[in-house]
Amino acid sequence: MTITPLAPTVLGPLDEIPLGEGRTYAVGSEMIAVFRLRDGSLRAVSAVCPHKGGPLADGQIDNKVVVCPLHLYAWDLATGCSQSGQPPISVYPVRVDDGHIILGD
Amino acid sequence: MTKKLVVIGNGMAGARTVEEILARNGDFSITMFGDEPYGNYNRIMLSNLLAGVEDEAGIYLNDLSWYADNDITLNAGVKIERIDRFAKKVYATDGSATPYDKLIIATGSSSWTPPIKNIHNPKRGFHQGVFAFRTLDDTRGMIRYARDHERAVVIGGGLLGLEAARGLQNHLSDVTLLHAMGHLMERQLDEKAGHMLQASVENKLGIKVITNAMTTEILGKDRVTGVKLADGTVIPCDVVVIAAGIRPNTQVAADSGLTVERGIVVDDQMRVQDEEDIYSVGECAQHRGNLYGLVAPLWDQAKVLADHITGRDTEAAYTGSKLSTKLKVAGIDVASMGLIAPETDDDEVIIYSEPKKGVYKQLIIRDGALAGAILVGDNSKAAGLIQSFDRAQALPEERAEMLFDIGGPAGEVKPEDMPDDAQVCNCNGVSKGAICGVVNAGCKTVSGVMDKTRAGKGCGTCKPLVQRIVEWAAGGEAEEDPAASWYVPGVPMPKPELMDAIRKYELTSVSAVFEKLVPGGEHDAKSKMGLASLLKMMWADRYVDERDARFINDRVHANIQKDGTFSVVPQMKGGVTTPAELKRIAEVAEKYKVPMVKLTGGQRIDLLGIPKEQLPAMWADLDMPSGYAYGKSFRTVKTCVGSDFCRFGVGDSTALGIAIEERYQGLEGPGKMKLAVTGCPRNCAEAYVKDLGVVAIDGGKWEIYVGGAAGAHIRKGDLLVTVDSPEEVIRLTGRFLQYYRENANWLERTYAFVPRIGIERIREIVIEDTDGIAEALDAAVEEAVQAYKDPWKERAVPATPGQFRTSLPLTVLPQVPVRS
Repeated sequence: MTITPLAPTVLGPLDEIPLGEGRTYAVGSEMIAVFRLRDGSLRAVSAVCPHKGGPLADGQIDNKVVVCPLHLYAWDLATGCSQSGQPPISVYPVRVDDGHIILGD
Repeated sequence: MTKKLVVIGNGMAGARTVEEILARNGDFSITMFGDEPYGNYNRIMLSNLLAGVEDEAGIYLNDLSWYADNDITLNAGVKIERIDRFAKKVYATDGSATPYDKLIIATGSSSWTPPIKNIHNPKRGFHQGVFAFRTLDDTRGMIRYARDHERAVVIGGGLLGLEAARGLQNHLSDVTLLHAMGHLMERQLDEKAGHMLQASVENKLGIKVITNAMTTEILGKDRVTGVKLADGTVIPCDVVVIAAGIRPNTQVAADSGLTVERGIVVDDQMRVQDEEDIYSVGECAQHRGNLYGLVAPLWDQAKVLADHITGRDTEAAYTGSKLSTKLKVAGIDVASMGLIAPETDDDEVIIYSEPKKGVYKQLIIRDGALAGAILVGDNSKAAGLIQSFDRAQALPEERAEMLFDIGGPAGEVKPEDMPDDAQVCNCNGVSKGAICGVVNAGCKTVSGVMDKTRAGKGCGTCKPLVQRIVEWAAGGEAEEDPAASWYVPGVPMPKPELMDAIRKYELTSVSAVFEKLVPGGEHDAKSKMGLASLLKMMWADRYVDERDARFINDRVHANIQKDGTFSVVPQMKGGVTTPAELKRIAEVAEKYKVPMVKLTGGQRIDLLGIPKEQLPAMWADLDMPSGYAYGKSFRTVKTCVGSDFCRFGVGDSTALGIAIEERYQGLEGPGKMKLAVTGCPRNCAEAYVKDLGVVAIDGGKWEIYVGGAAGAHIRKGDLLVTVDSPEEVIRLTGRFLQYYRENANWLERTYAFVPRIGIERIREIVIEDTDGIAEALDAAVEEAVQAYKDPWKERAVPATPGQFRTSLPLTVLPQVPVRS
């Protein structure tokens, strides 16, 4: 599990992300996929699948994992660990503040 | 304190039991008694010894040094004549008495001699030239004698008799097998299989076989000169081998007051009835009324006995064995298990018979489980059948798969023969070693291994091999996967129950299904797409469309590519287009600098490499409907040029194909639906290998085939029906597709669905309407047709915020080279 510390950054309004979906944000040189879980919480992970570069924000999620749309490998959204023997993905702290998505601590 | 263990019997059962006891570090001083003056040998291999393919040294299981190494006192050639249960001693014919704390009786069986006149000689046991076939000495004597003679008769057409006959051919030229029953191996084979085996034995091996042959007399004064049968027939011969069966050696036990019926009666711990310290194991033991003459049950008995006698597991219980054999009988493959004939009218019997090749296969299935099987001449499927039989496993719907390798490469690859780095899954590059690693780490279900390694998750062709490797790596302890029958992995219900529950609770959204039907209400990403498709089919307009339940392709109505771009395939009904349409496509391709323009197998034009954010604008410029080249849905109807131009066409396939596509465009289902209409049986549109294919035949008729495929699986469709009009084709197409939508498993294509249900059953439902649901199917598909909306109209206003926003904004995409 990799948690990358970041200075707090406002990514945008929460309603940019439909419930249960993900959107990609560019933060500095990083690309970060932010997901809005159906339980209302947010998760942020690296946007690029370490397997073959698939866009994770286009993947389907539940309250635990994201499934890459290209080859259907799955990663735990909280820990970044692969469920299918792939390298882990980075996870980032993310929260909602006053209707906005805040990345970082 | 070390206890004294005495074992009467030094054969396979006695020695194996002692091995098991040693393996459990049993604290015993062990004394063994054996009639035969040898260490213990593999009696089964005596046939090989006779046939000259094995020498004596090769058949020993434990030579004399094994006894010494394990501090076992072996009294070889010493016969026990009495057991004193109260004084706890055994008495031998040599006058010795040996005390015991625990006693094991493993006296095995003897060859049974039928009552035949003149078979014995008062001076020397058997008449000269007559042999039993049970011991090493029997075999040695037989070989010595046969060498100097010409003609042999074997009495007994069971396994042993056949082996003896085959072995004797090694030593003399003329062998006749006499069997008192109507066909060979009547205990293991039914009549047809017995006759097939007889034909092979006679024609391939040159052994003469006479059935219903009662031998009444041995002829010859000093030595054998022939045998006489009940009907008066005389068969001249020099050697007679008796292989008419075995009888358990129970005399010592009976003489000593132990309970003996047909064998020595034992309980589930292999203890002799009413005896605390006396056990019996092997052919001489009678367990729950059964005597076993094969080695596999013996191994199981030996383990239980050892567990119990050493105190390792005093609860260990032997509960009986399901008998199966797989062997070469006289060089011919034979396998037999369970029933050899059906017992009730409901028993399903499957028979394949090919007399010329000597191949016979019979299965008896009861309540969906294998209750018996016979194989003669081809044992390639025996291992799998024995496993299905032993474990009462679920059987493939396509019963023929149990008897033949269908569609796969000839000859199954054995997991044990594969090197670790052998690639098993050619789609996802998974090796045998990777699969074994996951199994060894504790994952013992096939689907679990597939999830973890992705093996079998591409085209699916390697799934049977993955299954065999998992079973092999798990050492026969592969676990049943409860999820195998579920419609989607995250909701524990098969499709019919799931649909019932959805209707009952009026669950109109995917999240409602999770919350109501999953214990704990847990959502599952991998189940969403299947549920979305199912709910849309069931509720049509009432379906609550949660966009996150859709796979990305269905969110943006395009097929995602390896670099995160998409492909755009406009509808081109029946593969027919116009110059104006082609110009428009060309202009769009130029305007958006489309990296690749490609003709598809479904007779359309594919524009590849389109960034997500450009999709709506392109659709607007194309101004054509979606071709649905991305969904689990009705895809396209491929057609040939039909009767307008073709010299051979007998029906207007093009017009019919366009009409079908017009009507059923966009219809969603559990899997893709690819169709074709071809204008004559030359099949230029490949209709025989489509989910539904229509073939025009002369006389204005149309054949409808279903369940075809030409992808990773290749299957010719089954002829559903022949009809008289295009209208009828369109109506039945809808009815069949609706039946498929309602009843197929998620991602189950018609090539699996149709054989699973059976074409006759599908014909009953779709054509003959025996279930009375045809009208409902027609109405349901009509509703779906009316609900069709071109998804590419969803472009002016995005359905969700950022619907077409890129998901890989800054990356240098792995570029597909531009083809000019």
